[in-house]
Amino acid sequence: MSALLNVNKMTHYFGGLRAVHNYNLNIEPLQITGLIGPNGAGKTTIFNLITGVYTPTEGSITLDNENIKGLETNEIASKGLGRTFQNLALWRHMNVLDHVKMAHYSQLSYGLVGSFFNTPKCRRQESKATENSYRLLELFDIKQHADQLVTSLPYGAQRRVEMARAMATNPKILFLDEPTAGMTPDELVQMIKIIRQVHQDFKVAIFLIEHRMKFVMELCQHIQTLVFGELIAEGPPEEIQNNPQVIEAYLGKEDVT
Amino acid sequence: METARKFINMFSTVPVLGWMLGFFTAVLIEYYWGYDYISYYLGLPKIPVLFGTLVMLKNPMMIPGVVGYDLIVYVIPILLIAKLSTFFTNPIAVILEKTPLWVSSIVHLILFYGVLHLWAGINDYRVLVVKLTLISIILTISINVINGYQGEFSCSHPGFMAIGAYVSSIITLYFFVSDKTFGAAVLSPVLGPWLFPFALLAGGLAAALGSLLVAIPSFRTRGDYLAIISLAFMFIVKSAIENLNVIGGARGMGGQPDYAPLPIIFIWTMLCIWVVHNFVTSIMGKALNAVRDDEAASESMTVKTRKTKMTAFMFGAFWAGIAGGLFAHVLTYINPGMFSINRLAEILAMVYFGGLNSIVGSIVGAVTINILGEALRPLELFKWIIIPLILIFVMIFRPYGLISFKEINAKRLLRSRHKKEQGA
Repeated sequence: MSALLNVNKMTHYFGGLRAVHNYNLNIEPLQITGLIGPNGAGKTTIFNLITGVYTPTEGSITLDNENIKGLETNEIASKGLGRTFQNLALWRHMNVLDHVKMAHYSQLSYGLVGSFFNTPKCRRQESKATENSYRLLELFDIKQHADQLVTSLPYGAQRRVEMARAMATNPKILFLDEPTAGMTPDELVQMIKIIRQVHQDFKVAIFLIEHRMKFVMELCQHIQTLVFGELIAEGPPEEIQNNPQVIEAYLGKEDVT
Repeated sequence: METARKFINMFSTVPVLGWMLGFFTAVLIEYYWGYDYISYYLGLPKIPVLFGTLVMLKNPMMIPGVVGYDLIVYVIPILLIAKLSTFFTNPIAVILEKTPLWVSSIVHLILFYGVLHLWAGINDYRVLVVKLTLISIILTISINVINGYQGEFSCSHPGFMAIGAYVSSIITLYFFVSDKTFGAAVLSPVLGPWLFPFALLAGGLAAALGSLLVAIPSFRTRGDYLAIISLAFMFIVKSAIENLNVIGGARGMGGQPDYAPLPIIFIWTMLCIWVVHNFVTSIMGKALNAVRDDEAASESMTVKTRKTKMTAFMFGAFWAGIAGGLFAHVLTYINPGMFSINRLAEILAMVYFGGLNSIVGSIVGAVTINILGEALRPLELFKWIIIPLILIFVMIFRPYGLISFKEINAKRLLRSRHKKEQGA
């Protein structure tokens, strides 16, 4: 049980609907894992279950051998689980710098009173957060947009803001929910580069949902295939690519005459 | 248009100090010659209180006189002195710029208060208007924390204000005043003004505690539903007070000692602006915006959304309670009817007119609506047609209010302005 993140026999029901059934996941440090599956398979639900948006009906989730099932999302996030969203979830009235600064929330200890009276401790921690934010902005190549509203940025840059923001929470594992949704081929190549860079620079494990096979095959060391809430195949990319069950799930069954 | 811009550009070299000096001169002119010479020769019965709007609306024949008075006493001296004094106000501004920001801010505030005090001191009505305006500023900023920064539509502000007003009144009446309701004073009335801040704080804290009744439902609902809950809260407070005969019931409660002179209210207002400004510019405070714009994303970025919502409500309610306490001690009489739907309409008008998510906006909104409300008083019923119409127009052209999403930048405001700025 040396895995960084371990999910064991997780099952979840929405009312009478079984959305996820007996789902298992092991993520080792520094591993890039992909989760693929047709629309409606429950991929995002699995993200939401692990990150604490929903609490799974059955099963266990541990991060660094510590139970995180049933904790609030913000607690799980501050334990080292950063994420991005399928449809960008940015704060539309906030500028780029503030986005990244905001993600330092759990690292602040000056408290409300500190913020009311702008105490030296508060100023010190705020300027440290600002400094760190600029470093991240530079890394993700969005420093020139620092004081712009996120809504005025091009789509690719917005995606990078989301990544920078997620990295500011100091995650051990980064969850990426369709990081290339709606991107042009150029932006896609750039995204692969960024994810590789994040992986190397921050030494994080990455767990991602993706539809584009090229992207998944190129990045991931381990791939899981989910259909109707159940894992049907798991293994290294080459194996998944040739797995008849996966092909069936994606392309449909051949008529046997 | 071009000439107007040139004219305005002429004054871009005037620092804040210069404007204050100009206003100071205007006040001196009014103080020494306003009644004896200027208004006498212009045929005005007395010094116009609020720039003559009241007189103008009562008797249109007076309009030329009033316009003349405003020009002679205010417009011309202020513009002239402000422009002519730049040769020494700018160097002073430079010196102040070199001091820490708080020193320069306090110096400016003291000077500003001095001028305001002199201006208001010319008659009692002005003092009252200024006091109520300052209290409105606190109220507007406090509701902006909830409706603007936190983005919940809360209608319970009069309720918070009532709690603050009643709690602080009960404390001052119980401890420092001998009256029918609470019997002889417990402590010496001499101590009253010194312990008054604690009474206010108690009022504020009680309001903050009361706000939990709205804050806790806000974890699960938002928008219209929360608005209804908060409205219900306001009526609960109002009817509870109406039915509590110990504190006067619907008849109200009077006899509060006058512990809230202008300087005290000014200090509380500035304190409120300072604290709220610190809060909303810190990461802790910006968490309010994050929760407003996307709750799920905030949670995933480690923001404690529940704590944040609770903070917003309690913090907003606290300052509303303080405003209520000051209000009670300015009027020295309160009744539950004061904290009802009319007050709510007024507060909402101020915050939405001025601008959401901005302290400057709140100040502008509170001052404008208050002064308009007083100035248009002679129109009686029409006042309530004109003010809403103005509000509607503001909403059409600036949906978030006049000055929204903008924070005070004291350093920029107080800087010296030696060189003419390009395109300013």
